[in-house]
Amino acid sequence: MEKAIRVNVNGRTIEAKVEPRLLLVHFLREVAGFTGTHIGCETSVCGACTVLLEGRAVKSCTLFAVQADGRKVETVEGLAHNGQLHAVQEGFWNEHGLQCGFCTPGMIMTVCQLLSDNPDPTREQIRHGLEGNLCRCTGYVHIVNAVRAAAKMLAART
Amino acid sequence: MATTTPTKTQNLVGRRVRRQEDPRLITGTATYVEDIKMPGMLYAVIVRSPHAAARIRGLDTAAAAQAPGVQAVFTGVDVEGVGPVPCAAALPGLRVPKHTILASHRVYYVGHPVVVVVATDRYLARDAAERIEIDYDPLPAVSDPEKALAPGAPPVHPEWPDNVAFTSHTEGGDLKQAFATADLIVKQRILSQRLIPMAMETRGVVAEWRAGEKHLTIYSSTQIPHLMRTQVALMLGIPENHLRVVAPEVGGGFGSKLNVYAEEALMGFIAMRVNKPIKWIESRRENFQVTIHGRGHVDYAELSAKKDGTITGLKIKIIQDQGAYHQLLGPLMPALSVLMMPGIYNFHNVEADIVGVFTNAAPTDAYRGAGRPEATHVIERMVDILAAELKMDPAEIRLKNFPSSDAFPFKTATGLFYDSGNYAAPLRRAMDLLDYSSAREEQREARSQGRYLGIGVSTYGEICAFGPSPATPAGGWESATVRIEPTGRVTILTGASPHGQGQETSFAQLAADALGVGLDDVVVLHGDTSVVQYGIGTFGSRATAVGGTAVYLALQDLRVKCLRYAAHLLGVQPEQVDFEGGVFSSSRIANNISIKEVAQEAHVCRNLPPGLEPGLVATRFFEPANFAFPFGAHLAMVEVDQDTGETKILRYIAVDDCGKVINPLLVDGQVHGGVAQGLGQAMLEEAVYDDYGQLVTGELMSYAIPKAQHVPEIECERTETPSPVNPLGVKGVGEAGTIGCSPALVNAVVDALSPLGIRHVDMPMTPQKVWRLMSERKPA
Repeated sequence: MEKAIRVNVNGRTIEAKVEPRLLLVHFLREVAGFTGTHIGCETSVCGACTVLLEGRAVKSCTLFAVQADGRKVETVEGLAHNGQLHAVQEGFWNEHGLQCGFCTPGMIMTVCQLLSDNPDPTREQIRHGLEGNLCRCTGYVHIVNAVRAAAKMLAART
Repeated sequence: MATTTPTKTQNLVGRRVRRQEDPRLITGTATYVEDIKMPGMLYAVIVRSPHAAARIRGLDTAAAAQAPGVQAVFTGVDVEGVGPVPCAAALPGLRVPKHTILASHRVYYVGHPVVVVVATDRYLARDAAERIEIDYDPLPAVSDPEKALAPGAPPVHPEWPDNVAFTSHTEGGDLKQAFATADLIVKQRILSQRLIPMAMETRGVVAEWRAGEKHLTIYSSTQIPHLMRTQVALMLGIPENHLRVVAPEVGGGFGSKLNVYAEEALMGFIAMRVNKPIKWIESRRENFQVTIHGRGHVDYAELSAKKDGTITGLKIKIIQDQGAYHQLLGPLMPALSVLMMPGIYNFHNVEADIVGVFTNAAPTDAYRGAGRPEATHVIERMVDILAAELKMDPAEIRLKNFPSSDAFPFKTATGLFYDSGNYAAPLRRAMDLLDYSSAREEQREARSQGRYLGIGVSTYGEICAFGPSPATPAGGWESATVRIEPTGRVTILTGASPHGQGQETSFAQLAADALGVGLDDVVVLHGDTSVVQYGIGTFGSRATAVGGTAVYLALQDLRVKCLRYAAHLLGVQPEQVDFEGGVFSSSRIANNISIKEVAQEAHVCRNLPPGLEPGLVATRFFEPANFAFPFGAHLAMVEVDQDTGETKILRYIAVDDCGKVINPLLVDGQVHGGVAQGLGQAMLEEAVYDDYGQLVTGELMSYAIPKAQHVPEIECERTETPSPVNPLGVKGVGEAGTIGCSPALVNAVVDALSPLGIRHVDMPMTPQKVWRLMSERKPA
């Protein structure tokens, strides 16, 4: 019944035997040990579980772990390098883009894709790009500020 | 005793300091309940009623008990020894149904817990849960509060066939006289619909029993770890000091975690029975069905006035949907509405009746604003209806009816004393920001083109910083312990339980200013009953005004003690010591000594000053003499699309006064988030039960919370009127945005639609509802 899979998570190869029904988010949290990815709704509405699969933002609560077999997954834990925060993380911190923090990892991963698709989005484009991620605390204003700040930082770094 | 004449401080208070709690949250390394893992941990799944009302004829758990991985199954009979879910409201004549932690003979709402399955793995627990057979005999149900009061309605609890949970009557002044002498009385039925709080993190519990020590630890996503410990210990019949409650990282609450829930005692009970750690994480569907809902008001209001716009009296009847049970504070919610019914207007004749109603639905309780958004929505709508009737400008009628800024403390018709205020200031500022007269000109222009442009005015006051203990069910004080550790680092233990508000930062700002240490020298601990002295918790916009004040007082005590210690070490009198930038010095001598050195000396004690004890620890409990009453003005400019009924918010201006501000960045965040939740109520959200008591909006796919595109850019400003209730002068801001927002938006839409003769729209103002209203009224 179990299937052997190999998933590259944040640059580390994780090999495991999993049930075919194991959700990717449970694999990441409980098998790979990356609990930064959260489960908010189990129906792909809220976006708290967003991770990058081969560089594209996906909702890990409605993918099976076996669908990630042989592929590359990035979670929020993989963003900072050598103690240096990713620009998107910096942006969220500087602009108070989070309160309770529960939606934040998924929000940050979505923003990573948003900014890789469009390095200089308008506020309206940012709001559109975040439609798959819910936040109940911030009213989104500071999140939009955070994305703008991250875009500027990324532009300055390159 | 030395005095602590204020020295030049770093003045971090008042600055936009980014948060100390963020690094763990933005790197995915924070620990929420679901992130807790323990050896041998088991998983619980709860089987819940699919019926709103039914008798349980039989239960068969045998197949589930034998399913793979299953360790135990519990039913209502098994937990009969556990006390009921508590209600702390002590209203005269309150009918309190016995709220057992599992149903045994009858279920009262969809989601009512019936059976718990415990297995080694969450998937296996869910598999086994599907093998539970429950034989229900469905009964007629009623989930609408007005229908529940109608003759012949199905009784929710058979012992109270009228479905009345409680009634209350309040009077102030002489309403009969006011109505008899009024030039006009305007009337309106106003809904504040049932809402689902929807914190991003659902509830969850991990319980761990250590049999040898007879010690139970419950990790729960809660706003009130200490109150919960007291209550759950009583429910389980264990000594309170054998129970530790930990609120780890909490992913939002908004009142929905200001409660004691069946699952907290249930998991504690099961951990003790199976002698292994156990985890239960609420699914989103469960969260919608069983975690408290908010509001649920049908209000009938009558406002009396003179021809010149002077308001003279308000009469209100509140029909409030309690749901099937009372949760911790449920029955107090409409009472809070009554307290705030006069808003911030200078009239003194009121009469209010509340009927609390049982329905076959989830219990209602405190949701962000908790009674005040309902009250504010009513008075702010009524003032607009009055203005329209008198053909007065809605801003002008408000300015006319505010008490003057020298009338504080202002005694209200409901017996409150508003602490301080200058109600015209935020309204005038908001009008300037909007350029109010130009906006009205623009509106006239739009109307001449057949467009529906509206301007909504909302001026609110709120009661918060709960509060004086005699006015609260379980104590209204808050506690703080501050320790200066031997290395000079500062540890703050607060009885408040922040879960996103940012007090790990704002309290560190207080400490940095008081003790001359860096922000990174300070750690703020909270949410663990074995670490922190007893406290009350975070709700009712109280954590900074009450909890922050306790921190401030403890810091002052330590500062005095350090100064006496420093004087002794420097060989001068305490009054000869200056303290600046963390260094004690005296103009009389060349030496100085840092607070870090004093901290070390106070612990190694080689040279203890006479009359001083070793150590640097101070604990203070702050009991406020009054509530605090923030206020403000929110203006919205909207355009309604006549073809679709969609409302576009063109401008949103929030000018709030929450007293002194410790960290403006965090206050902006609170206002933004509050406004978004008010907007959710005004435009999008409604918990809908059908005639069978089924929750139709049972998932995020059918219950719309605001997305980024729904929330406009919020133009945020403040006026600052310090509160005299606490030495920090702060009032509270957690709920202000929610309270101010919904009337601003509804008043704006009604203003837009007023050429069609529309004078009220109930929330949520969905495009469909607005389009239908417009279509009915549009001239053929």
